[in-house]
Amino acid sequence: MEARQLFTRETKAISTARRSLLVIESIPGIRYNEIVEVQLGTGENRVGQVIEVGKTTTVVQVFGGVSEVDLLNSRVRYRGETLKLPVSPDILGRIFDGSGNPIDGGPSIVASAYHDINGVPANPASRMPPAEFIETGISVMDGLNVLVRGQKLPLFSGSGLPHNRIAAQIVRQAALKRKAEEFAIVFAAIGVSFDDAAYFIANLEETGALNRAVGFINTASSPVIERLSTPRLALTAAEYLAWERDMHVLVVLTDITNYCDALRELAAMRGEIPSRRGYPGYMYTDLATMYERAGRISGKEGSVTILPILTMPDDDITHPIPDLTGYITEGQIVLSRPLERKRIYPAIDVFLSLSRMMKEGIGEGNTREDHNNVFMQSYAMYAEGNYLREISTVIGSDALSDRDRIYLSAADRFEREFISQGEFERRTVEETLEIAWNIFSMIPREDLKLIQEKYIQKYLPKKGKAQ
Amino acid sequence: MGRIWRVSGPVVIAEEMRGSQVYEVVDVGEERLTGEIIGLEQDKAVIQVYEDTVGLRVGEPVVGTGEILMCELGPGMVGNIYDGVQRSLVTMIEDVGDFLLRGIRTDALDRNKKWEFNPTVKAGDTVHEGDIIGTVPETGLIEHRIMVPIGRGGKILEIHKGRFTVLDTIAVLEENGDRKPLTLMQRWPARKPRLYKRRLDPVNLLVTGTRIIDYLFPLALGGKAAIPGGFGTGKTVALQQMARWSQTQLNIYVGCGERGNEMADVLHSFKKLRDPGTDRLLQEKEIFIANTSNMPVVAREISIFIGVTMAEYFRDMGYDVLLVADSTSRWAEAMREIGARLEETPGEEGFPTYLGSRLATFYERSGRVECMGLPERTGSATVIGSVSPPGADFSEPVTQSTLRIVDALYSLDVALANRRHFPTINWLQSYSLYSDSVGKWWKQEVNPEYHAVRDRALVTLQREAELEEIVRLVGPEALPENDRLLLLIARMIREDFLMQSAYHPVDTYTPPARGHLMLATIIRFGDVARELSEQGMLVSEISQLKIVPRISRMKDVPLEEFDKYIKDLWSDMEKALTTREGGM
Repeated sequence: MEARQLFTRETKAISTARRSLLVIESIPGIRYNEIVEVQLGTGENRVGQVIEVGKTTTVVQVFGGVSEVDLLNSRVRYRGETLKLPVSPDILGRIFDGSGNPIDGGPSIVASAYHDINGVPANPASRMPPAEFIETGISVMDGLNVLVRGQKLPLFSGSGLPHNRIAAQIVRQAALKRKAEEFAIVFAAIGVSFDDAAYFIANLEETGALNRAVGFINTASSPVIERLSTPRLALTAAEYLAWERDMHVLVVLTDITNYCDALRELAAMRGEIPSRRGYPGYMYTDLATMYERAGRISGKEGSVTILPILTMPDDDITHPIPDLTGYITEGQIVLSRPLERKRIYPAIDVFLSLSRMMKEGIGEGNTREDHNNVFMQSYAMYAEGNYLREISTVIGSDALSDRDRIYLSAADRFEREFISQGEFERRTVEETLEIAWNIFSMIPREDLKLIQEKYIQKYLPKKGKAQ
Repeated sequence: MGRIWRVSGPVVIAEEMRGSQVYEVVDVGEERLTGEIIGLEQDKAVIQVYEDTVGLRVGEPVVGTGEILMCELGPGMVGNIYDGVQRSLVTMIEDVGDFLLRGIRTDALDRNKKWEFNPTVKAGDTVHEGDIIGTVPETGLIEHRIMVPIGRGGKILEIHKGRFTVLDTIAVLEENGDRKPLTLMQRWPARKPRLYKRRLDPVNLLVTGTRIIDYLFPLALGGKAAIPGGFGTGKTVALQQMARWSQTQLNIYVGCGERGNEMADVLHSFKKLRDPGTDRLLQEKEIFIANTSNMPVVAREISIFIGVTMAEYFRDMGYDVLLVADSTSRWAEAMREIGARLEETPGEEGFPTYLGSRLATFYERSGRVECMGLPERTGSATVIGSVSPPGADFSEPVTQSTLRIVDALYSLDVALANRRHFPTINWLQSYSLYSDSVGKWWKQEVNPEYHAVRDRALVTLQREAELEEIVRLVGPEALPENDRLLLLIARMIREDFLMQSAYHPVDTYTPPARGHLMLATIIRFGDVARELSEQGMLVSEISQLKIVPRISRMKDVPLEEFDKYIKDLWSDMEKALTTREGGM
């Protein structure tokens, strides 16, 4: 963050230091939200941000907290700048901390420009509706919950569920159908354990993807306030790569729950009036200013696709974090503990998951003509099987008809063959659809009501040939 | 001129502001950000700023404009896309590119474009406020009627036919002995309701093309309705469907704090879709206001009032206008954020205590009215707002405050969404207070049987809900035959009538007469089936009759084949009764 220094003014008049906030005497020229330097009596320097300016007093939030700040010898220096990320093509392959400093032992970035980490909202009239299918190689996603370029699709998980492995698999395998272009990956670790962060970096290294990736790492032991800047730095890097370097960028943000908890912690320190469960009332807007940086802009080559990961406290989908996220994102991929207990990987809940951009991303030209029909029929078939499972636990399986039994085993096969796949198995969308058709051949042909006749004739395996 | 004294988020306090008025628009800082004064105390003004305040310094200038926030009204609005403070986003792309920079000014109405003006009054006539003095063909669907602004009037000294910009003089009035020009454009303060002669009862159906709304819970032209729903319940699709197909002359879509990609989808689809009545592009009867969730929060608050002012303006021309606001919860959150910054005493869940009254000032601007001026005419403005209750919990303050104001509720249901039943409007929780008044319209315009058929359907659905409880305990096999038959008919009502695909070219829009025939056919089948059942046929046999899938295909039958299709269905049902099987 060695930004150019325009002018410097400083003060030693600090009246309060509490938690991460400093109240200081105002100096003319200080800007709202600008970045200040806090020099401690020990000589250590910290970065802070102005969160309120007034004629007499100014409030500064210090990145790294106010420990060891003393009111006599510490000083605050103004630089006249807001928090910026130095950008250049050289950021690819590099890893930074939550303040944007390199932590991979490499040299600092020679910036071609400095970008405000809060970004600038895209003009809604300039946006292009996302419509290009991304093949993740995972059947539950490619078949039933399609990801498209420019979409924001979160993983709703719970503690102990394999969201990191699924996200890593998506990152390894994501590619555009019928095009050789590779994604640039931007990865932000927000308050996660060191092991989790290391897992992602190792995964990128092993697949050779690290040279087209940028990492921003704030681990659980890093300063809480940097959890707010980490995802914004990552998104600023992503926007730079997409809009200025014409790249298709996939951004992974993990874990948004830590982000929101940091937001709550800092809001409480400022004495703000809390909303639901103590989270600030502006959390929807705050999350939106991050998630909404996904998209496509007409006339520009690149795109920003965002895959946020969050762990639902107590698996509760109505908790404010998943709830507000779901209101902003275009669908959600929800992990299922019952499926995980059945040792099915990836344990993705078909009924709660949804991709709102699916309609635009599938069909002829994108995937295959029968895709939407197969999706509807799979869903209906699996739903029927699940319903019968519940019924049979009440009334006993003896009371079921033969037709019911077929649906029960179809649902089992659907879980074992369609949902379940290897962590390193990459299925094409055609393979995914074939698996579904194979299972359809079990159920009575007249039950395939959601599929057009011509597709049944073309794709349904002939009796005897089905496995 | 004042100076910045304090900055906290979107709230700026300026000093040396004596002489300002509340709601006056001010330019804040050296970048001249647009703000509005929301409070005055001694020489200090509390200002809400409609743009990001990052980088403001104490001491920067604050300049009052002497005016409260005005909405520009005139030709050039239809088909345009505005942000929350009525800056044209289309013009902004030309001026500054694809991203929204701060301090940018664009005119709401293009100052250079010339419009064809055809006078309908002549020199020597005396006109009064609200009188129509001429027309401009704005788009293929909208004839823009130019009215004498409220508070003006007099003898017309001259009036010209020809091509004019919005600021050119089209006529000169003699007002109190002075010569005063009239232009195509007029202005109106966004927070102030426009005037009318008197209010009329909302008695005519607003045709939305969505069957469950038009038939079971009809909305009246000039009515007010709310659509609450948790995420994933298809709220936005439901609203977009209304904005697309409603048979009103002009629609206004206010995207308030919602998704950018969705807004892009709306904008692009309206460039392609055609109005079912006229086959013209929908864009020719639509105004968009797009203030997405990442755009400045405070602008959400005013965007709704800008939208409703436009709606009233077109209402005053004698048109039926629909305003759709997605989402009023984001709008309420903007108020909460400002309230918190001002350190007001919060009400429930941190929302300001005036939440309910502020919501009312918005919804109450709907209505069917007798317009000001001549020729005599009536117009209507209908308002539909979506609500996004946290955790789909309807007991929260925004939903509850809204329910006290609106007269129709379309309650979206997460359980229906999980069953992929769309639209997810729950038929047991939704209501419409217009069903009686609009029912008369149905009887006169469509079919005298309307009430009978509607009531039968509602009773069947209600009974189904009761039976489902029993089924859950004892299984469907334990029910008597007549209850099983009811479940079959209820399922047909749900799947073949209430479920409607927004993506199917035919199913997406259902005209009232077609909707009536569809439901009447299912009800008739229920009667036929009951007789067959009494004659000894099992419900399991009835459900296998060939006519059942034919009834479910009704919704996809193209308009031109529909009448014959239904006629055949009915005659086959009659045959079945006499022969016990017939063509069924």
